[in-house]
Amino acid sequence: MAQIFAYIVHKNGVADDTALELLTAAKKIDPAASVTAIVTGEGSALDAVAGQVAKAYNEVWKFSAPVFAYPNAEAVRPLLVKVLPAGAILLVAHDTFGMDLAPGLSIKLNAALVTDVVGIEGLDGSTLKLVRQEFGGQVSTHVAADVSTGAVLTPRAGSFTAAEAAASGPVVDKSAEAGDLVVKRRFIEVVAAEVGDVDITKEDVLVSIGRGIEEQDNIEIAQDLAKAMGAVVSCSRPIVDAKWLEKSRQVGTSGQTVKPKVYLACGISGSFQHLGGLKGNPFIVAINKNAKAPIFQVADVGIVANILEFMPALTEAIEEGK
Amino acid sequence: MEILVCIKRVPDTSENEIALNSAGNDIERDDLVYSVNEWDNYAVEEAIQIVDRVGGSVTVVTVGDDESEEVLRREMAMGANKGLLLADDAFAETDGRGIATILKAAVAKGTYDLILTGALADDGAGQVGGMLAAMLDYPFASVVNKIETVNDKTLKIGREIEGGNQEISEISLPCVLSIQTGINEPRYVGIRGIRKVASVEIPTLAAGDLGLDAAALAPKVKRLDYFVPALGKGAEMLEGSTEEIIAKLLEMLKAKGGLK
Amino acid sequence: METVLISPAKAWFFFIPTWIFSFLIPVAGVAVFTYLIALRLAPLVRAAPDRRFNRIPERLRQVLKIWLGQWRHPRYMLAGVLHIILFAGFLSLSIRSSQMVILGMVDGFVFPGFDSFIGAAYDILRQIMATAVFVVVVVAAIRRGIFKPARYAVPAQYGKDHTVEAVFVLALIGTLMVTEALFDSSLAAAAHQKGMHAEILVPMSLAWIFARMLAATPAESLQTLHLVSYYLHDLTFFFFLCFLPLGKHFHVITSIFNVFFMRLDKGNVKPVRHGVADDKLDDLESFGVKQIDDFTWKHMLDFYSCADCGRCSDNCPANAAGRPLSPRFITIKARDQIFKSYPVYPIGAPFTKSPPLIGGIYSEAEIWSCTTCGACEEECPLGIEYIDKIIDLRRGMVDDGNVPQSLQKPLSAIEKRGNPWGKMEKKRADWAKNKEFAADCEVKLVEAGDTAETLYFVDSITSYDDRMQKIAQATARVLTTAGIDFAILGKEEKDSGHEVRRFGEEMLFQDLRSHNTEMIQESGAKRIVTADPHAFNALRKDYKDIPPTEHISQTILRSIQEGRLRLKPVDSEGKIYTYHDPCYLGRHNGLYEEPRQVLDTISGLRRVEMTRSRDRSFCCGGGGLMLFYEPEEEQRMGVIRVKMAADAGANVIVTACPFCLVNIEDAIKVAGLEGKMEAIDLVELIDQHAER
Repeated sequence: MAQIFAYIVHKNGVADDTALELLTAAKKIDPAASVTAIVTGEGSALDAVAGQVAKAYNEVWKFSAPVFAYPNAEAVRPLLVKVLPAGAILLVAHDTFGMDLAPGLSIKLNAALVTDVVGIEGLDGSTLKLVRQEFGGQVSTHVAADVSTGAVLTPRAGSFTAAEAAASGPVVDKSAEAGDLVVKRRFIEVVAAEVGDVDITKEDVLVSIGRGIEEQDNIEIAQDLAKAMGAVVSCSRPIVDAKWLEKSRQVGTSGQTVKPKVYLACGISGSFQHLGGLKGNPFIVAINKNAKAPIFQVADVGIVANILEFMPALTEAIEEGK
Repeated sequence: MEILVCIKRVPDTSENEIALNSAGNDIERDDLVYSVNEWDNYAVEEAIQIVDRVGGSVTVVTVGDDESEEVLRREMAMGANKGLLLADDAFAETDGRGIATILKAAVAKGTYDLILTGALADDGAGQVGGMLAAMLDYPFASVVNKIETVNDKTLKIGREIEGGNQEISEISLPCVLSIQTGINEPRYVGIRGIRKVASVEIPTLAAGDLGLDAAALAPKVKRLDYFVPALGKGAEMLEGSTEEIIAKLLEMLKAKGGLK
Repeated sequence: METVLISPAKAWFFFIPTWIFSFLIPVAGVAVFTYLIALRLAPLVRAAPDRRFNRIPERLRQVLKIWLGQWRHPRYMLAGVLHIILFAGFLSLSIRSSQMVILGMVDGFVFPGFDSFIGAAYDILRQIMATAVFVVVVVAAIRRGIFKPARYAVPAQYGKDHTVEAVFVLALIGTLMVTEALFDSSLAAAAHQKGMHAEILVPMSLAWIFARMLAATPAESLQTLHLVSYYLHDLTFFFFLCFLPLGKHFHVITSIFNVFFMRLDKGNVKPVRHGVADDKLDDLESFGVKQIDDFTWKHMLDFYSCADCGRCSDNCPANAAGRPLSPRFITIKARDQIFKSYPVYPIGAPFTKSPPLIGGIYSEAEIWSCTTCGACEEECPLGIEYIDKIIDLRRGMVDDGNVPQSLQKPLSAIEKRGNPWGKMEKKRADWAKNKEFAADCEVKLVEAGDTAETLYFVDSITSYDDRMQKIAQATARVLTTAGIDFAILGKEEKDSGHEVRRFGEEMLFQDLRSHNTEMIQESGAKRIVTADPHAFNALRKDYKDIPPTEHISQTILRSIQEGRLRLKPVDSEGKIYTYHDPCYLGRHNGLYEEPRQVLDTISGLRRVEMTRSRDRSFCCGGGGLMLFYEPEEEQRMGVIRVKMAADAGANVIVTACPFCLVNIEDAIKVAGLEGKMEAIDLVELIDQHAER
């Protein structure tokens, strides 16, 4: 049985939410697997992360070096090539780091690569059966990967429920094994997105408002809800026309095409021009006081309510639950 | 700067729902129209803009069949200087690794300082660029949304990372970059532009020309089928008191990752 | 005969005979003027070709009506009447002015024939006109300089205010009138003093007033005044002549030519290049207008001819909505660019190549902001055209790949699928297959092998948009009720390409046209009907070799008149209807009355007119690709229009165009008038009221 590893990304001394999702994914490959987490970084932040991860994984390999101070896939890849045993299966979340790391790693390890994995059906001999999506999530597909020489898999965040932190493995400092790494890409800085320059096309959760918001002053209600949910406010065209929100927030054929996971349509009737901007089969919650609003035809969940009353109530409930 | 841009001809699915064919082994392709992968189009535009600034030439390459020639011509109408078609029946059944292998063989036949791909294509895998870089031992960066030339050995690049932030790095040439949409505003290619390049010769290389055999292209990953996950019809209407509705909704939002 | 006063032809200035001045001033003036005109003609010679020497009788008629008859001027009553008086003054005084010039060399000169009663009558006329012109100049100067009507203002982004030039020219004209009157009146006063026969002065005329004022002036002073006023007049006259080609008053010279060469047809689009056949377009190096010399010579003449009156921009809906477009400055900026590229000073300065227009004098957004509604061209008193220029500029941008992302998607969808949404061809006739609809209205499909006398050309928006499909269904039901045998092309139909062409993608338009033409011809239909004015205009003006096309409003009216369609009385209480003229039905095709007549056939229907109706209709926001374009604007045109309907006291806006309906229905929501205002298409209203 191949050994399973999970590379854990982290930020500010806290492991990413996907850390426990990767463990679930690993167990789907082999429920009995002993899964090793790999963390790279530097200093106390790394120690903190290693400590957190150790509560869930059977073992944690820690690599501390200045070159890992910022997660640079061009440095992590040669490290993993060096330290991973032959035939290993490595999991890394399908985020911008995973996209950077995984393809090249699979080549260097001569392993199979399956990216953006949304389901794992199990291992049959050396064939691993997985589920992916194509065409912007419009269709799903089963793929079979030959993992006899190992595999690199990047599960999509949110596709696997987070595992309970049940194990308690040792943290092994393997920094010495890293040795000298040739890195041809040097990190300089992160430029933070400008305030008011939110890219709704890249957001997973959108609180989207339409004409039901009635007045400019009520935008705040939506912003409060979005803040509580960790979401971003988007809107339909009338809101932009009224200049209550900037154009970059508009969902629709004449606005942005978005691919969120969850879409809260508040006071949006659901014209096809608006729905045309909604892709990737999100979970749509429609809140509208008009029970006949077309949005209910396409939504997964519908609530007939006045958004000006419902949204603050929802915000409050979320805040309380925190 | 000599730039190679790897492009793909994909079905244009932006406005039409994808349906499965009756056999369930593929999507229904009869009513689909094809065009160049949107990300690749940004990559070509970027290449053209770089060449406009620092000189050099842009070559567009695709792995496909005779029909793929149309996307090469389209990108040449946009301003790419040369096209290269890699077509062979042996290429049909391969995987991402195989495509990268074919491209690597094509890269070896030329001299390129910079290789661009789209960040992803219709299958959403986003794998070929990184694989090609590893095969060539070139540095790689994905989801690039900014390229500045520092000198003839170094680029300053930006990657679009989570939260809309931009990660700035320096990368040595030659390298492979996968390009994110929004890096530029691709120019329009009209019917007239396409006609202008209609008769330009596009060289075609087959497996033999590239020194590839079936073993080199043997896939490690195979697509077994297509399916559409079951969907409910119409919304599930939540009823009851506001408190009850909110309780139910919160549960659902948590399950779907709608609360952070 | 004793001379009353020494004339300029015989006077001496110290030891120089003044006739030398009388000779030199005109010679110098004409020389400078000739040089200026030659320079102004230079760009026209290098410009793109245009076809304007055809249809001479029609052109002469335009000159009589629009130039001589000042036909469009009273559309702005005060300014119009002032201009008509000035214009009449210029025309009538031109004889006198010429005579004055010669009088300085030939004492007592009169034109042949003017030594009779004609001359006497003319003398009376010219005095009246000179006085009238002077009064108008004063009124105009007060209006321009003090009241400053808003439409003359120059927004900061378009440069400096033009008031100084306007008032300066009024002052020149006033000077001409005053000096001429002083010349006459000094003579008359002197004659009177000497008890000699004096020229008859019309009471209350300028000369009459001056003569009375000068009655007691010593003869010596009168002699000086006589000569000074003559030479002031002479100098002013030639200065004015040479000043004309330097600014907006060039129209004094060019307007007659501009009107003669003006556009005779509406709704059509100029070919990419005159003299190049469609099948030779691929050989052209470049498409459209990219720099100033790419314009046609007529379009350059337009630039020279603009009088800066601001009527185009005052009527432009894009300008009203705060889009970055003001047609007036399309012209003014181009004129200034020509003046810069062809400098008059220093003499012999080389002509410079003009920089690219886009990114230079024009912005991309400016050129994409136009809906081609035609309000500007309808208004221009001297026949300046805009639509073809905008389209030529867009052709240039399309050729350079410079197309907004928001338009690239629909354009490529039209290229691939024949509709701007990229929806499947096979769904084009889905509206006809809808079960509920098909139960009582069967639509023949050419794609299924059906044939019919009449072909209903549906076009993209009516075929695919959920809301607009109701127009298609209403059209089909009304045609059926009227007993008209019709069919649709179904998936064989592609977008008419009306906006594709008007957005500058000529080659794509030609592909669409050849496809549709072939399908229409193969259908065997004898006539075409459409409910989409854009398709209507395309089929009528852009297509060739297809059966005659009519708009559904024409079909309905004829059916009513022939008794094949009867309408029930109005079924709604308290509704007040107003008809919104779609640009491509009204202005571009002259169908103003038919839809109104149809409406008035419904007994009991209360209808009011908006102030801006018929040829002054205000565009709803634009059709076709304009739906996809994201303009920079302060408010939507549709919202302005809906408010106009509300101001007129209406609560139902009837239109006859799917794009108008989209924009107006949207605008009602944006304006917050839901429940207070509704919009409906004419054919839907007729469908509701048809007796079956």
